[in-house]
Amino acid sequence: MATDRARLRRFSRTERAVHWVHAAAFLVLLATGLALYLPSLSELVGRRPLLKSIHVWTAVAWIVALVFVVAVGDRRSLRATLREVDLFDRDDRDWLLRRGPPQGRLNAGQKVNTIVTGVFAVLFAITGALLWYGERDTRFRFAQTILIHDWLTYVSLVLFLGHLYLSVIHPRTRHSLTGITRGWVYEDWARQHHAKWAAGYRARRDAS
Amino acid sequence: MSDDADARPYGRRAFLGLLAAGLTSFAWAQPAGRIFAPVTSQFAAALGDLLPVGGWRIYTISGSMPVFDPRTWRLEITGLVRSPVRLGYDDLLALPRARQVSTFHCVTGWTVRDVHWTGVRFEHLLALARPLPAARAIRFVSLEEPYNDSLTLRQAALPDVMLAYEMDGKPLTRAHGSPARVVIPEMYGYKGVKWLTRMELVDSQPTGYWEGLGYDQNAWVGRSNGYG
Repeated sequence: MATDRARLRRFSRTERAVHWVHAAAFLVLLATGLALYLPSLSELVGRRPLLKSIHVWTAVAWIVALVFVVAVGDRRSLRATLREVDLFDRDDRDWLLRRGPPQGRLNAGQKVNTIVTGVFAVLFAITGALLWYGERDTRFRFAQTILIHDWLTYVSLVLFLGHLYLSVIHPRTRHSLTGITRGWVYEDWARQHHAKWAAGYRARRDAS
Repeated sequence: MSDDADARPYGRRAFLGLLAAGLTSFAWAQPAGRIFAPVTSQFAAALGDLLPVGGWRIYTISGSMPVFDPRTWRLEITGLVRSPVRLGYDDLLALPRARQVSTFHCVTGWTVRDVHWTGVRFEHLLALARPLPAARAIRFVSLEEPYNDSLTLRQAALPDVMLAYEMDGKPLTRAHGSPARVVIPEMYGYKGVKWLTRMELVDSQPTGYWEGLGYDQNAWVGRSNGYG
């Protein structure tokens, strides 16, 4: 391996912790949720009461872990990320229409994915809490809740598969996985995929 | 960073807009679901038990679903009856057949339309056992312990109530309660005991499995359990 291949630090430890708490919870919730939901799988797996408990407690652990990471982590890096996701410049807007323009640390698609993931997390948590509590108190039982929880699952499954493809399989983008596992990416890769960020990174480093 | 000038806070707008769309879906999800029902029910037919889009979900309360063995399965009719009855699977199939197409409503909010049921009306089963005058209700006991629920004799005599052993032209599958389950379309599905093994004639309705967890004894669709 070339030792002089420069690396850029892309994600802070806290950002990565948020990502992996979310990812781990999503996978457990998806697996148990599918076993609760798909008739053929329900029959195969059985153990519905146990799966239901795992599903519910994983959801609780997910929220607690997120709060914990935010509480003890580097909140400044999270605030910076939020600001980055919020702002769409002209290149971002153009990128959504026709890929080309140079991108920042997060490209416009990644920003959209972050936003959708955030909204879905909130909606999953609300509908899930209603499903759980509605079993105990009829005033919180709405016929639509389960329908919405289902549709969130369908859409997030599609997003998840796309996310996996781009981060694990697609040859040109899969290097990004290193960024979320180890925190850094190669500079030459960053220059191609996140040109504005790579240029700014170098400028900031040279200035300091 | 020179682009900061034309950067717009679209992120938060997208977040709030999408969140609002999601939250208001409590108002529009059901009408939308009805509009898409013809499409989703086709999906359900195509995917069968693979993906319950507009179709069934299987709820159980125990570790694994009961297994039906036609050689050993028996349906007992006991309690306040003149002549207790034990029926085998063939005996059940030999009773007068009834067919119906009805809609199945689950209390959790999902619905399956146009389910084709074949089975036997309770009058024919009760005629074999001859309930005593004191009998007011039937307690249905499932092979899936401790699941049980009950109907009054009046409810069991409603014209579209039956003990079903076929669904959509095929013998009931394990997931749907083989070999026989109670069907009462006017009530939520938890009243329709699956994997039925015993009918007990009783003088008053006992608290069934879900009633013990706070669900209504009379589970009329749209008029119970907090709905309507």
